[in-house]
Amino acid sequence: MAETLLAAAALAKSFRNGVAALAGVDLAVMPGEFVGVLGPSGCGKSTLLRIFAGLIEPSTGRVERAASLVGRIGFVFQEPTLMPWATVADNVYLPLRLAGVTRTAAASRITAMLESLGLGEFAAAYPRQLSGGMRMRVSIARALVTEPALLLLDEPFAALDEITRFKLNEDLRALWRQLHCTIIFVTHSVFESVFLTNRILVMTKRPGRIAADLAVDLPEARDNALRLTERYADNCRTVSRRLAEAMA
Amino acid sequence: MNGVYWFWRLAAALLVGVGAAFLFEWHVDVPAYFLSRFWRIAAPVLVGVAVLLGWQAAVWFSGVPAYVLPGPWLIAKTLLHDGPSLLGALLVTLRITFAALALAIVVGGALAILFSLSRLLEVSLFPYAVILQVTPVIAIAPLIIIWVNDVFAALLVCATIVAFFPIVANTTLGLNSADRNLNDLFHLYGASRWQTLRLLRLPSALPLFLAGVRISGGLALIGAVVAEFVAGTGGAETGLASRIIEAGYRLEIPRMFAALFLLSLTGIAIFIVLSRLSRLLLRHWHESALEPSD
Repeated sequence: MAETLLAAAALAKSFRNGVAALAGVDLAVMPGEFVGVLGPSGCGKSTLLRIFAGLIEPSTGRVERAASLVGRIGFVFQEPTLMPWATVADNVYLPLRLAGVTRTAAASRITAMLESLGLGEFAAAYPRQLSGGMRMRVSIARALVTEPALLLLDEPFAALDEITRFKLNEDLRALWRQLHCTIIFVTHSVFESVFLTNRILVMTKRPGRIAADLAVDLPEARDNALRLTERYADNCRTVSRRLAEAMA
Repeated sequence: MNGVYWFWRLAAALLVGVGAAFLFEWHVDVPAYFLSRFWRIAAPVLVGVAVLLGWQAAVWFSGVPAYVLPGPWLIAKTLLHDGPSLLGALLVTLRITFAALALAIVVGGALAILFSLSRLLEVSLFPYAVILQVTPVIAIAPLIIIWVNDVFAALLVCATIVAFFPIVANTTLGLNSADRNLNDLFHLYGASRWQTLRLLRLPSALPLFLAGVRISGGLALIGAVVAEFVAGTGGAETGLASRIIEAGYRLEIPRMFAALFLLSLTGIAIFIVLSRLSRLLLRHWHESALEPSD
């Protein structure tokens, strides 16, 4: 059994305005997992993710990160969060640039990453010239270009239309299988979490706790045809029921 | 000569003109393209020509002497005749204006960057920048002219005081309004303060900085002229303000108008150049600089 990548113990967070976002979260994530965090809006999912990334500190409790995680966490926000003044290639170059990698040394990695997200011909484009889905692809490319050991995604596809979202779900799943990284994916969509992940953590409403830790019973390789199967529907039903219980 | 009588005639002519414009727009179906491209230039030109013609006619028929109100024709002739001597003065004014704008950009930009790096500094100094801004320059110009021996330097200081505030205020706001999530991202990737400033906060501030520069360009000109008014006509090289004062003393009102015309033209030119510059620098990404068809 491999070493735990990320562990949280009795994690709680209250903000200065008195809002309690999280109340006692325990979990362990192993290397290579694709974990979904599912819960209603405002249940503290995003807060949990930001604590994992080290962007905010928990009020009480602890987060333990494996040594291999230092400087190797990628983050994708709800919005694409691109620099509007920089081209697609420059946006993807940003994390490497901040790490002191020269442009020449980074060029091949950037090109490869853009290719694998279907952005090859948009390297010189500016974000405003792209559709919402393409912008999100750039955001994901930027997060993956550093070859992170852990990728954190905070409802990245929530603002996209369903057709684009389905395509991006397919592609993200394929990328995960190809890159062997660990992903924690926050969403409020039962269907999205079941399609994407291998394990779903169902959260209660605020202050959030983990109400259920469910394994997704689906094949490893997944495409959109899976959405029509009985097995997918069964999984969604189970997760929906647990979500309803958690909300009660 | 009855001034009031002529005033009412002019007002009536203006009303008729506005009425005709309304009737034209209501009854003639102008294609949208025509309206947007052609009329955006033609309409103000037509208004200008109409006003000039009305002015000229009023001066002719009323017999107002040129030392009270010269007609545009006489002003144009004076401009042509006195042009060379006025241009020399304009050059002096322009030198002060651009030096003040440059200084305002450097001082204002540097202050804004300092403010963005240290909240304490911003809180301590910003009120004084406001005080400097709200105090009329005409009230402090005599002091500065006493304190600073060199006339050019004194005028430069006055014009800079007038011009630097919009740049400080706008740039500070811009530096502090970088996207929160991008800020987090920079933090996540371990960016240094300098990297965050250069790669995130400065580009974020650029649109507001440029808007500030555009306002400051006009203010620098106003500051240069106002300060020269206070300084008087002493000194070897004097600007347009001195020409205006002289012309006033000698009742050379057409010359006064000619100098005034040059000043307005300069202000417009500065505004247009700075607007173009702003569009050029922001053309790839900022909403303000995008073509309507984009």
